[in-house]
Amino acid sequence: MGGYGDVKLLREDGKRLDGRAIDEMRPVTIEAGVLPAADGSAMVTHGLNVAVAAVYGPMEAHPRKIQRQDRAVIDVRYNMAPFSTGDRIRPGFNRRSREISKVTAESLESVVLVERYPRSKIRVEIEILAAEAGTRCAGITAASVALADAGIPMRDMIVGVASGKIEDTVVLDLDKAEDNYGQADLPVGILPNTGEIAFLQMDGDLSIDEYNLAMEYNHKAAKEIHEIMVDALKRRYEGGEA
Amino acid sequence: MSEGQVGAEQRLVTPGMVIGPSSGKRAGTGTIAENNEFIATRLGWLNEQNDVVSVLPINSAYMPRSGDLVIGFVAEVRNNLWFFDVNGPFQALLPMSLAPWKVEFGSTRQHLGIGDAALARIQEVDETHNMVLTMKGVGLRRLNEGAVVSIPVNLIDTIRGQNNAMLSRIRDATNCRIIVGDNGRVWIHGDAADMHVARQLIQTLNEEGHKNTFEGAVEALENKRGEH
Repeated sequence: MGGYGDVKLLREDGKRLDGRAIDEMRPVTIEAGVLPAADGSAMVTHGLNVAVAAVYGPMEAHPRKIQRQDRAVIDVRYNMAPFSTGDRIRPGFNRRSREISKVTAESLESVVLVERYPRSKIRVEIEILAAEAGTRCAGITAASVALADAGIPMRDMIVGVASGKIEDTVVLDLDKAEDNYGQADLPVGILPNTGEIAFLQMDGDLSIDEYNLAMEYNHKAAKEIHEIMVDALKRRYEGGEA
Repeated sequence: MSEGQVGAEQRLVTPGMVIGPSSGKRAGTGTIAENNEFIATRLGWLNEQNDVVSVLPINSAYMPRSGDLVIGFVAEVRNNLWFFDVNGPFQALLPMSLAPWKVEFGSTRQHLGIGDAALARIQEVDETHNMVLTMKGVGLRRLNEGAVVSIPVNLIDTIRGQNNAMLSRIRDATNCRIIVGDNGRVWIHGDAADMHVARQLIQTLNEEGHKNTFEGAVEALENKRGEH
């Protein structure tokens, strides 16, 4: 069974340590257009996570060897601020941020109409200001809102959500303790309108039934977050008419 | 903005949003047809005109098209050509043969140096965004004086108005010479005080462009002029 067995993560009344039900998400707020210098930007708070994303471009891709003659490349840089966690993080790129940048770029390439901008680059910068488990999901949500804000054409937006397993129970949206001492974590990037999966990672083990339940939770949460995303974009231009 | 939307219901759409069934209609800009449905690909206002469904984007990057009048800054100079920054994803090329002067090989820098502004027209754009500019044409020239300010590309129609009606009103109200480039750059020339007024007006447009307040601002300026 993995995990750290003796850490209690579920209360006697069946709720979790922070009082959430097993299929309850942490509160999410989204604001679009927070950075004046960027072509598009967004800030997402997901529980105690804070992610800011900025989008620049399309612009000429440099160095030239990364250019693709038939489509744009998406250059994602995910970074955690040194002060984002309790233990200071050594600033700069590391193995983990490189991995997250890569999966984020690849999932965004599946929704952005990259063939519209040959030889160009779209730069996406994701900065995690505060981290409490689930930063890659908050980051990808922020990146999609920022891309929409920048007016980049997309097939759909991507919502990042995660489910996991603690004490043999499938729960939605793990917090830090549940992520550290739980048994499994399943972060997913969902296209809310079609239900397609843009990325899926799994850390730990889930049975097929557990996986199906976790994905059911994820899809439900994706719908909720998508409404908040749409609302954030509409709020940015409220009172506006073409 | 343009006609055809007057009285139409305004609906803000976000990327991925299903607009409706595609039967009998055509997909315009900002939409794609998938599984007999139209899907928005951009954040903007839904527009339906002559059976074409499109999205008027709120925010968009400049995508050059041949024939566009642009205001560019020289970014690079070679012995026989210039590279211009025209606010697009790629630099545009102006060969010395398409410059309005008789240019000798190696004397390009005597006509246009780095940072100089010029009014030019896009001669051609290929599918990989290579652009060639021309400065041969009526009114195309180096901009020696005045100021260049930027506006979002999607607000160019607002500042021009129908048949440039709004633009002429702004010219009269501010007493400035104004040229609006298709690449979201506006050249203003006049007295220092007049130019200040024109810049403030464009600033209002930049800040409140998505609302219908611009015409009111122009009207207010016209009334103010009338009093003097």
